[in-house]
Amino acid sequence: MSLRIVVCVKYVPDATGDRHFADDLTLDRDDVDGLLSELDEYAVEQALQIAGEADDAEITVLTVGPEDAKDALRKALSMGADKAVHVEDDDLHGTDVIGTSLVLAKAIEKTGYDLVIAGMASTDGTMGVLPALLAERLGVPQVTLLSEVSVDGGTVKGRRDGDSASEQLEASLPAVVSVTDQSGEARYPSFKGIMAAKKKPVESLDLEDLEIEADEVGLGGSWTAVDSAAERPARTAGTIVKDEGEGGKQLAEFLAGQKFI
Amino acid sequence: MAEVLVYVDHVDGAVRKPTLELLTLARRIGEPVALALGNGAADTAAALAEHGAVKVLTADAPEFADYLVVPKVDALQAAYDAVSPAAVLLPSSAEAKEIAARLALRIGSGIITDAVDLEAGDSGPVATQSAFAASYTTKSRVSKGTPVITVKPNSVAVEAAPAAGAVEALTVSFSATATGTKVLSRTPRESTGRPELTEAAIVVSGGRGVNGAENFGIIEALADSLGAAVGASRAAVDAGWYPHTNQVGQTGKSVSPQLYIASGISGAIQHRAGMQTSKTIVAVNKDAEAPIFDLVDYGVVGDLFDVVPQLTDEVKTRKG
Ligand SMILES: Cc1cc2nc3c(=O)[nH]c(=O)nc-3n(C[C@H](O)[C@H](O)[C@H](O)COP(=O)(O)OP(=O)(O)OC[C@H]3O[C@@H](n4cnc5c(N)ncnc54)[C@H](O)[C@@H]3O)c2cc1C
Ligand SMILES: Cc1cc2nc3c(=O)[nH]c(=O)nc-3n(C[C@H](O)[C@H](O)[C@H](O)COP(=O)(O)OP(=O)(O)OC[C@H]3O[C@@H](n4cnc5c(N)ncnc54)[C@H](O)[C@@H]3O)c2cc1C
Repeated sequence: MSLRIVVCVKYVPDATGDRHFADDLTLDRDDVDGLLSELDEYAVEQALQIAGEADDAEITVLTVGPEDAKDALRKALSMGADKAVHVEDDDLHGTDVIGTSLVLAKAIEKTGYDLVIAGMASTDGTMGVLPALLAERLGVPQVTLLSEVSVDGGTVKGRRDGDSASEQLEASLPAVVSVTDQSGEARYPSFKGIMAAKKKPVESLDLEDLEIEADEVGLGGSWTAVDSAAERPARTAGTIVKDEGEGGKQLAEFLAGQKFI
Repeated sequence: MAEVLVYVDHVDGAVRKPTLELLTLARRIGEPVALALGNGAADTAAALAEHGAVKVLTADAPEFADYLVVPKVDALQAAYDAVSPAAVLLPSSAEAKEIAARLALRIGSGIITDAVDLEAGDSGPVATQSAFAASYTTKSRVSKGTPVITVKPNSVAVEAAPAAGAVEALTVSFSATATGTKVLSRTPRESTGRPELTEAAIVVSGGRGVNGAENFGIIEALADSLGAAVGASRAAVDAGWYPHTNQVGQTGKSVSPQLYIASGISGAIQHRAGMQTSKTIVAVNKDAEAPIFDLVDYGVVGDLFDVVPQLTDEVKTRKG
């Protein structure tokens, strides 16, 4: 029996570039390059490892995003995923997390799945809640924020390292999993992988295909509203001294002046 | 006055500071009603009352400890139904954010995570958020349903405001999916005796420049002289020099202390994402060009193996 894995990957602005908000207070995508969210590379990696252990598995990578988001799918395909689904629709512009979870859940159901794997958080919105929302919508167990994950037969197991404790978790498939950056280094695509990715199928879906009304998503359908976005004023230049034997004492003097000592 | 439901983070009845911050913020938009779950839930009442809770709803059942997240969502929903609050506030811990999101979906409401401030507005509470590694400050609202908002630790100074804090047992019926994810075992983290990283007033962090697990003693000694928490960069954590639970940054903890001291840390964007909002920032780095120096109030260009121990000695001397 084949294990159907769907990996959710997000196309995000490069964090090392200058990220801005556009006039409508959504993400300005024109000013900065996009890429596959680095934290979703860990999700793709774990999918590949789980598939490698299974008798027969198929990995679909799924993204909701604009035209360019295909780049994120290509990267995941070049790492070794089998096929891709791209949900793209002009009406999706400005969708919040509740709306995004609706679109992803419908696309996952349409694709068919035994296991959904997501990253721990996107590197732009960084909410870290989408996997839990998917589990709620799909009505399946959430096994989230795992630093270690394995699938055996119909069961997924994993370790969740929380603030106060480390937990061993277990659930039956189908389930939604999310993995952290502690789950294991993600592989680099090989040249062969990059060439093969060009031939792998990328299916495009729009809102109509998913039977979602335009007013359920987008800025208009959003359940949250951003009223203003202001660039944080640059910090005023601090004092910088070179250590010539008294650096620690000078620092202590500064800290005492600020009443920290 | 409208009631505001506050989800309580506690360990066996000891209320954690972020919850007291939530109560302080909740009073700006209404009357706080607190919900405490699990072992020791009722023991939280005194601390919650002292900080403004008019009512404390409690529930305990094995489900809260034996299964992940969903039983707590069921309880929060039961509290929501009982109170009909004007807003629901939770701390921005990984687990509480997941609870918040699932509740928001169930009650047909929008959600805002990681707020750093909250005030009453004409059309509901207005949340301040930091975006893009704290390079932007945004103001947002929930425009549909009852606002569900999670708030980062250290966002507001705790103010006491005694209230009745009447304890009431909450009846929770668990949903079909509550037992979906079993917690097979739980290994509590050993306490270091140092303050909690996200709650500490001072954080002392070390990075790749610390060059070895054995050298982290230098960082710890400085931290202990200041009564601070210890943090680490991902490079130091990945090298196995310090536990992941102490990582500061995008995929670690986000901290906002009064004072942040970075030693041997270059200041990559992902590290800055977790500490940029610290009130005072100090760095020790031997590279004068390190990006961390763009953020500092005071920086020392020098070898941390000289500067940090000297600083520690000086702190001890001054404190007598
Ligand atoms: C700065 C900023 C702040 C925001 N704040 C809010 C807010 O407070 N409330 C709100 O409702 N919305 C908010 N949004 C919008 C929200 O980020 C998007 O709707 C988003 O797609 C889902 O949230 P996230 O990116 O934070 O995902 P997270 O919950 O952090 O993502 C976790 C995982 O879900 C998967 N995933 C997320 N998005 C996609 C996607 N589009 N396609 C495929 N997989 C995906 C990935 O595997 C990812 O690793 C914000 C956006 C930005 C840029
Ligand atoms: C998706 C993603 C998420 C990430 N999340 C995080 C995160 O949460 N937290 C995080 O920290 N990083 C994170 N990173 C990694 C981040 O990009 C950097 O690689 C990391 O922060 C570097 O750590 P560092 O500053 O300790 O090391 P380096 O960048 O190597 O810097 C070491 C510094 O120490 C200085 N130094 C060396 N020796 C001495 C000495 N004797 N005395 C004084 N100074 C000395 C050097 O001059 C240098 O500036 C993430 C990366 C990615 C891609």
